[in-house]
Amino acid sequence: MTSKWTSRLIIGFTLTFLIGPFIIIIFAGMSAGDFLAFPPDGLSLKWYFKVFTVESFRASFMLSMFLAIFGTVAALILGIPAAYAISRYDVPYSETIKTIVAAPIIVPGIIVGLALLRYLVVPLNFTVTLALFLAHTALVLPYAVRVVSSSLDNLRSDMEEAAVLLGCSRVGAFMRVVLPNIQNGVLAAFILGFVTSFNQVPVSLFLSGPGVRTLPIDMLSYMEITYDPSVAALSALLAFLSVAIVFIAEKFLGFSRYV
Amino acid sequence: MSNAFVSLQKLSLAYGDNIVVPELDLDIKKGELIALLGPSGCGKTTTMRAIAGLLSPSTGKILIDGFDMTRTPANKRGIGLVFQSYALFPHLSAFENVAFGLRLKKMPKEEITSRVEQGLETVGLSHLANRKPAEMSGGQQQRLSLTRSLVMEPKVLLLDEPLSNLDARLRLDMRTELQRVQRDTGITMVFVTHDQTEALALADRIVLMNEGKIEQLGTPDELYNAPKTEFAANFIGFENIFEVVGSKIVGPDGSLPLSFEALPGHLAWRPGAVNIGTGDYQGTVSGVAFAGEQREYVLQSPLGQIKASTPATDPVYKLGEKITFGLPNESVLRLPN
Repeated sequence: MTSKWTSRLIIGFTLTFLIGPFIIIIFAGMSAGDFLAFPPDGLSLKWYFKVFTVESFRASFMLSMFLAIFGTVAALILGIPAAYAISRYDVPYSETIKTIVAAPIIVPGIIVGLALLRYLVVPLNFTVTLALFLAHTALVLPYAVRVVSSSLDNLRSDMEEAAVLLGCSRVGAFMRVVLPNIQNGVLAAFILGFVTSFNQVPVSLFLSGPGVRTLPIDMLSYMEITYDPSVAALSALLAFLSVAIVFIAEKFLGFSRYV
Repeated sequence: MSNAFVSLQKLSLAYGDNIVVPELDLDIKKGELIALLGPSGCGKTTTMRAIAGLLSPSTGKILIDGFDMTRTPANKRGIGLVFQSYALFPHLSAFENVAFGLRLKKMPKEEITSRVEQGLETVGLSHLANRKPAEMSGGQQQRLSLTRSLVMEPKVLLLDEPLSNLDARLRLDMRTELQRVQRDTGITMVFVTHDQTEALALADRIVLMNEGKIEQLGTPDELYNAPKTEFAANFIGFENIFEVVGSKIVGPDGSLPLSFEALPGHLAWRPGAVNIGTGDYQGTVSGVAFAGEQREYVLQSPLGQIKASTPATDPVYKLGEKITFGLPNESVLRLPN
């Protein structure tokens, strides 16, 4: 009986640790008072509505969405052919290539951000938006390659040969036979990439310039000036968005198979 | 040469630096059913892939219906291939799998529909037209794969181990099916197999391959009754092969005097040709297995191991029993040097 209670206790602590902050944020955002506090100072939804009226939040939300969508699409455009080449052809140094592609996950974001700032933005005069776009593409690329690779490995290559013998070109066989069979993997990679990009802080921190900030960075700087519960409300909304996306993905794609 | 429909001329095939087939010549007549037979790694599948265009030869030529197809890409050769794993498209229904190639040809819709329906009908899959391959049995998947290739009316149909994934009963069905296809369409077929019984049962001619070379080419009768080399004899079931030295035969463990005249070379006997219970030699039963219509024995003799078999109705010899046996002159295969 003791072991049963011990395991319950451990599960309880883990859940509190994982979900606790989320609950605190939801309620902190529902405060009727003017300062971020928990327990909240009375209950109201006014901060949840206020979030939508803050001009800089709207701009940075749009930038974050832009980066998350187009950065991930760009990463998939680069990553799908890369994953295909690695899984189908005997590419020399393919292990090394995989490691290099995975580098942005392993190297701390601060270093990536600083390096991009020092060697792309400053000397080459890249605009901040372009640098952010490139950085987010690079950060999502490892996920794109890995997730798409794993669904390609489950797909037999003789199917493509069969398509070729029925009259397809190599590219045609890829489009007609390979893509339809890995589309769930591609969607899973997109969702994972989207969430990764949207929540990215350290790299974006270095690459944010005047008037160009991603949403998380904007929230950080907002809090430095104004300590009202709107940041908590916004965080809660974003958390709901992430949960909703992953929930839908799990329901329709069996997302957890790919990640 | 002139009546060859498929002609492989001095064909060399390699994967990187690894030469699998050094130099192969083979002529296949129109409408023939040819078996490429051999153990794994003998180059039979590689040869088939080269005919299909999935592998470019390092040297040599491939002629099909008089045209040099050596450099023609696989999708323009008009050759069908039924893969060992069937290679069906999992995201498409049975109907769409069969329609795949026809749609690429930009054929009119009604013609596609009628051809696909007829194709499914001939292999008895009409009622499963809307099923996905994963919802079909192995035998059904194979017939689907076969008809997917056949509706394209290919010049040559290649089949990779068409029977190896099927259980014994389905194997017989598929054999009959392939013979029907050949009879109805008169299509030229080449199938790859490692199983001599399949090759003997189906093929018009058998190409026995070993280490990338043709060991023997002939009708099933020729190959079965008159294999020309030690390898061919062994592969086709002459499991007891011994060398003739003077008036003795020599095995791996020792020699025995020969009871009849023989030229220098090798002598070979099928297990069924070995006499047990009568003969000049002494041996011990070291293995016995019941195999339905016959009983299979392994004998220890001064020559080494002898494989023998007797009808199941014959008296049974027990493990460890001392017996006499004979290697008779009447049923010997002579392989002169």
